[in-house]
Amino acid sequence: MIGIIDYGVGNIKAFSNIYQNLNIPFKVVKNIDDFENVSKLILPGVGSFDHAMTSLQSSGMKEKLDELVLAKKLPIIGICVGMQMLAKSSEEGVSDGLSWIDGVVKKFDKSKIKNGPLPHMGWNTLNIEKQNTIFDNLEENPRYYFLHSYYFECNNKEDVIATATYGEKFHCMINHENIYGIQCHPEKSHHNGIQLLKNFGEL
Amino acid sequence: MLAPRIIPCLLVHNKGLVKTVKFKDAKYVGDPINAVKIFNEKESDELMVLDIDATVQNREPDYKMIENLATECRMPLCYGGGIKTVEQATRIFNLGVEKIAISSAAVENPKLLSDIAKEVGNQSVVVVIDVKKKMFGGYDVYTHNGTKKTKIDLEKFISELQSLGVGEIVMNSIDNDGIMNGYDLSLIEKIKPLIEVPMTVLGGAGSLNDIKTLIEKFGIIGCASGSLFVFKGKYRAVLINYPKSLEKQQLIKDSKVEVINV
Repeated sequence: MIGIIDYGVGNIKAFSNIYQNLNIPFKVVKNIDDFENVSKLILPGVGSFDHAMTSLQSSGMKEKLDELVLAKKLPIIGICVGMQMLAKSSEEGVSDGLSWIDGVVKKFDKSKIKNGPLPHMGWNTLNIEKQNTIFDNLEENPRYYFLHSYYFECNNKEDVIATATYGEKFHCMINHENIYGIQCHPEKSHHNGIQLLKNFGEL
Repeated sequence: MLAPRIIPCLLVHNKGLVKTVKFKDAKYVGDPINAVKIFNEKESDELMVLDIDATVQNREPDYKMIENLATECRMPLCYGGGIKTVEQATRIFNLGVEKIAISSAAVENPKLLSDIAKEVGNQSVVVVIDVKKKMFGGYDVYTHNGTKKTKIDLEKFISELQSLGVGEIVMNSIDNDGIMNGYDLSLIEKIKPLIEVPMTVLGGAGSLNDIKTLIEKFGIIGCASGSLFVFKGKYRAVLINYPKSLEKQQLIKDSKVEVINV
């Protein structure tokens, strides 16, 4: 069963609705007792990096997550700020990240975006860099919804499975062993988003 | 490549969907949830829902309605109407809304914007500025659904909003609302150079060609419209509609917008 981690940050309902419609079993996980029967995890996140990290800490679930992800190797996907939380740190704040994937979160360089506004907002193309079952049955150059000013930069290029371009190419989807991260919002990206979440559910 | 956004804007009045002309003569056009379902099917880029009663009636946002909309909505949702406090904004955000639109309260209490941004992130704070042409040039900013004229200087206001950390600015033309004869391009020409965050234009679109014109002139921009996506034909028959994916791609291609790319 998929556990959608509810630590007060992120759009839990959007994920629940999609899995409900897909008939894929899921539950919302609000405290450590809820992890029972969970075999896979979704870490949503929106807002600022520090706010998300502090909320996760105060939810009391962080240690349990470390255990499930690092020791028990449960598949997990961090989404948007949930992806950024996988890093060691972020230029957006001072909190420590989870350090589950080697990398840091950086701010877009305004000078490289030319006339483009920040945040990077709207529908952009995902470029698949490395085959992965999470991309099964996606259309060519799938488009996803983005809303962010910071992005994850991997230190190990082999962890990068998809990129997107906004002024410069950035790491948009990453994978290291059982851990995945995606910067855009599959829960708000119509059929391409649903397919990707379905693929994660079927990993 | 990042594409310009084409955004239906729905107005809620007395729990139903309406469309106005110059902020008046609200015509009933249907049920909000039903409209969201149709825009899901049509895969619209985003959706904006504005409750035009909440501030005027000085009441709380209708959380139940917002929750129902957010639950149904499979694209990014922006909600506006009646938000005056950080608590209200966070509550709405936690119902599954991606962006919070503030209008009257942004004028009355600009600090609210940075307070909300601290909680939900800058990217999710949207300010809708309702403007009307002055008799002898320039624009007045209005609040309370176009019923209160303010003394605000539009250009100063825009720069203040950005220093407070808002993530998007929606320029809404009261003069062009519901007229379906094109956007107020001179307004955008004047304002766009001052805006460094994503900008969305609302008020006046009557055809996809109007949207094309906007993209041709301004590139990456949000093109919002109410009438265009709820009416069909010159007799304004109610019909929820939205360009098909290929139609949209063609439109963006034809506008030869200088896209931000590799």
